[in-house]
Amino acid sequence: MPQMVKNDMMLEGAEHLRAQFATSGYFRRDGAVSANGATKRMDTEVRAAANEQRLRELLLDGVGGDAAAYHAFLKDLSGYLRAFLRRRLARLPDDVEDLVQECLLAVHNQRHTYDSSQPLTAWVHAIAKYKLVDRLRQRSSRELRNDPLDDDLDVFARSDDDAASARMDIAKLLARLPDRQRLPIVHMKLEGLSVVETARVTGMSEAAVKVAVHRGLKALAALVRVQR
Amino acid sequence: MKTDELITLLANGGAAAEDDAVARRYAMALGWGAFGAMLLMALLFGVRADIAAAARLPMFWVKLAVPAIIAIASVYAACRLSRPGGRLHREPWFMAVPVVAVWLVAAYVLLAAPPADRMALVMGSTWQYCLLAIPLLSLPILLAVLWAMKGLAPTRLAIAGGIGGLLAGSIGGFVYALHCPEMDAPFLGVWYVAGMLIPALVGMLAGPRLLRW
Repeated sequence: MPQMVKNDMMLEGAEHLRAQFATSGYFRRDGAVSANGATKRMDTEVRAAANEQRLRELLLDGVGGDAAAYHAFLKDLSGYLRAFLRRRLARLPDDVEDLVQECLLAVHNQRHTYDSSQPLTAWVHAIAKYKLVDRLRQRSSRELRNDPLDDDLDVFARSDDDAASARMDIAKLLARLPDRQRLPIVHMKLEGLSVVETARVTGMSEAAVKVAVHRGLKALAALVRVQR
Repeated sequence: MKTDELITLLANGGAAAEDDAVARRYAMALGWGAFGAMLLMALLFGVRADIAAAARLPMFWVKLAVPAIIAIASVYAACRLSRPGGRLHREPWFMAVPVVAVWLVAAYVLLAAPPADRMALVMGSTWQYCLLAIPLLSLPILLAVLWAMKGLAPTRLAIAGGIGGLLAGSIGGFVYALHCPEMDAPFLGVWYVAGMLIPALVGMLAGPRLLRW
């Protein structure tokens, strides 16, 4: 019976992909353009559905409390996000990694809005698209104000080699949070203490530690939005 | 911070999350919002003096049922739109059905009435109050619903805000119906609908500014 449910989910995922992301290449490992026609496209769809299935299970295990599965989920997801965003930000390569991090933070902070009866692809796509549009809109309004002319001579100013490090530094933004949010994050998330240990170190109750971490990461996401 | 470090940070300590967060947040928002609306109503208007007698008339219940149906459909719609990529399904139909039904009854009432009385049936004697009171009573609900949405993750902000406003307006209309003495379908079809649409419009305009995350 569980197997049947799984297959249904997989079919639903594949169906959804066909409908919405046939051209987006989302969740594809190879980013293949369908040069060989239908067979190759089918291949990619099957692979995308399998990826949907795998990521979905990792996420559900993760929010069920399995930290290792959650880590694997975020790690895999970052690869897809990077490929997805790089294609769409071809002219702004420096923004790609910033946006990958912003999306990961958003996925984490909004993970309670994922409805497990819906395809994960659609949920992730909506978040990535929302953050992408948000950033492009902010950028264009800022450029209209400050920098109306594009300087074509700065071709060599940027290189793509160091794509894995973002320009914005989340560690620096973290330092700007108030202590009651920052310290629980530092102890629990950076130093890897448990909730109980963090509560003892900070003198907060366990419930307060959880709330502080949750609010702190939301505040961090807000800082990321404002400072870019 | 490198992306891999961020991932480790986010995954450290687990990521347990409750899965009924959307419903719980709306339950909280609507509880407080409706409480605020009732309080405003008690302070400003009070329930109608003849409520016991009025409760025997079908129109009293129609006036409650119309906003109630719209409110229920709006709750479902708002929950859907609060999730990334959420889309409306049949909710708009459920919102339209009570309005169209009232319009049909109103048309029948107006056609059956002598032409000289028709204007009075539409305008009633309290239309200004209706147009003012419904948005006013819906204000606490609107604030609560926007708070709920903001903590979730709507991706189409104008329509999400608009639906949030309609939800607030319809509950405001429901509460105001306990006070309002008007008992004619044409009045309900024009002024209640307009009163409920005002918060919807406000929500639609405020959504893109207030709901960003």
